[in-house]
Amino acid sequence: MTIMIDTGNHIAAKAAVMAKPDVVAAYPITPQTTLVEGIASFKAAGEFTGEYICVESEHSAMSACIGASAAGSRVFTGTSSHGLLLMHEMLHWAALARLPIVMCNINRVVGPGWNIWADENDSISQRDTGWIQFYCSSNQEIFDTVIQAFKLAEHEKISLPVMISYNAFVLSHTSMPVDIPEQKVIDDFLGKYKPQWKLDVKNPITFGNIIGPVGYFNVRKAMINAHENALKLIPQIAQEWKQKSGYYHGGLIEEYKCDNAEYILLCMGAIGAESKVAIDEMKKKGIKIGLARVRTFRPSPIDEFIRLGNKADLIVIDRNISPGLGGALFAEVKSAIYDKSDAKVYGFIAGLGGTDVTYKDIETMCKKAINGKAKESELYGVVEV
Amino acid sequence: MALKDFPVEECVLQGSAACPGCPATIALRTVIKALGKNIIMCVPACCTSVIESLWPKTSFNFPVMNIAFEAAAAGASGVEAALRQQGKEDTTVLAWAGDGGTYDIGIQALSGAIERGTNFIYICYNNQIYSNTGIQRSGATPYAAWTTTTVTGKTEFRKEFGDIIRAHHPPYAAQACVSYPEDLYKKVKKAKSIKGPKYIEILAPCPPAWRFSMERTVEMGRLAVETGAWVLYECENEVMTFNGKSKLILEKKIERKPIEEWIKYQGRFSHLFKPEKDSKRIKVLEEHIDQMWERYRQCYK
Repeated sequence: MTIMIDTGNHIAAKAAVMAKPDVVAAYPITPQTTLVEGIASFKAAGEFTGEYICVESEHSAMSACIGASAAGSRVFTGTSSHGLLLMHEMLHWAALARLPIVMCNINRVVGPGWNIWADENDSISQRDTGWIQFYCSSNQEIFDTVIQAFKLAEHEKISLPVMISYNAFVLSHTSMPVDIPEQKVIDDFLGKYKPQWKLDVKNPITFGNIIGPVGYFNVRKAMINAHENALKLIPQIAQEWKQKSGYYHGGLIEEYKCDNAEYILLCMGAIGAESKVAIDEMKKKGIKIGLARVRTFRPSPIDEFIRLGNKADLIVIDRNISPGLGGALFAEVKSAIYDKSDAKVYGFIAGLGGTDVTYKDIETMCKKAINGKAKESELYGVVEV
Repeated sequence: MALKDFPVEECVLQGSAACPGCPATIALRTVIKALGKNIIMCVPACCTSVIESLWPKTSFNFPVMNIAFEAAAAGASGVEAALRQQGKEDTTVLAWAGDGGTYDIGIQALSGAIERGTNFIYICYNNQIYSNTGIQRSGATPYAAWTTTTVTGKTEFRKEFGDIIRAHHPPYAAQACVSYPEDLYKKVKKAKSIKGPKYIEILAPCPPAWRFSMERTVEMGRLAVETGAWVLYECENEVMTFNGKSKLILEKKIERKPIEEWIKYQGRFSHLFKPEKDSKRIKVLEEHIDQMWERYRQCYK
């Protein structure tokens, strides 16, 4: 192990390169740029020996990743916000093609107006594409999740693309110390990529031709099965990585001080790290509250939500919004526990547009819910201008 | 190479879902004979995604990846990079797209792939319309042609797409036509021998869309060349060579036939002839072709 003090993007680039992808295809977008610049630097230094395709758009980035992955390569890319939205069509394509592409997405506001700060609406908008989605709360977790993502994506029972999201600037441009394992540890953990299907002149197949309703429904069924398998494999792979590296950030969720909790706070991404401070502060004041930070948004950890709902009332903070409905995680938690738990569920939408969410804000939201003063779902932190 | 000397093995197999008289199938058959089976083909949404037939069967005896409409060249870039990493650079990467997927929705990915020097062959089979979706106008549809979205005839000229490609300075760019398989075969063979991005566009007269009877596909291609509406050329390392009758037209050794000789057989231009002859629009078509040839003569004679 060596300690590297660097930004989330540089840490992600380091992790990606240490996973030894054959092909990276990417297009620059703020705040992802330092990630692709990092890979370009590793390439120039000879530390990354794969192909680096500097495409002319994110749509082409994902298309090139699909081509490379279909030809049997281990593939990585990164994007953010509008770039992710431009990829949308190809995200569906990659997932339905069952290609184990790994991608970092730096959660950034969607315009207009132009705004480059943290907001999760970009990746939440991709929730139905079939990608597995992780949300990270520290640079160490970014490193470890990128490595775990390759193992998961390429697993024979998964064969799905994986997206690792982390908040713009809060993580992407903030330096933190990260333990970097020896290359051999990663090589042993991941092994060599063995594609389950590929374009091969020795075994000519036509991939993706016209398929009737019956066949297509089976394609979807297989994808659903893979997501169900992921519910078991994500915690298992996290444990395996813990054995190898010593680092563990939770499985589907990360529980923090949930014993004897009467309230459990649920959130994702960088707000999860800030929430630990808020939990500690509230514990000091005698409030029985714990944290369940959701690492995996897809597949949805439904059984975990039910288990938590049977322990405590739930408070959900979303840094995203489905306009006309509310926070995405809030809606999903409520839907998951319906008829399975009597827990009250409170939802707050906070931090949109990159507005800061401090531990004090989190404490304020939690107390409002605990004191019975919160609506079922409300916005927090809107300052009239 | 003479037609009788083409390889006998067929890789475009029986049981395809192509229309009778389909030019794309004729073109692909010739192209694969020239390239051989050591290829990976990338196909965006186009007629070929139907022609290849329904899962779990296929009518193509070589590896094919279907990809989204605008993504052929980008998908092929990924395949090419993967093959290079695997040391399989002897495998030809072929992107095979229609004019909609090339002139319009796919132009960005194609431009990017050529600019990056992608080692692949991009072939556009140009039937001058969105045929797979039921005959809508594309950037390749000629002036005055009927389509379901240009009901009284297209009011704009087609793009000079070859000019756009050559402005990228690829090592090889060519125009061919299904009606001249020896010329097409030779061009594909040459493209295969060159490293870097190669672009070939094949005129593909489409019976249902152009509204002519299915046995006239080859004739419609020949007349397109003889009337000068379509040009056969190749451009290797910036050197333009015109081929066949196009060379004779360029050098004024033969007169190109009047455009009427081509359009009168096509229902898509029937409104130019009845109820009465639309001499004005026919003249516009003629003049546009003359201007194109004058441009070629000034640049390349």
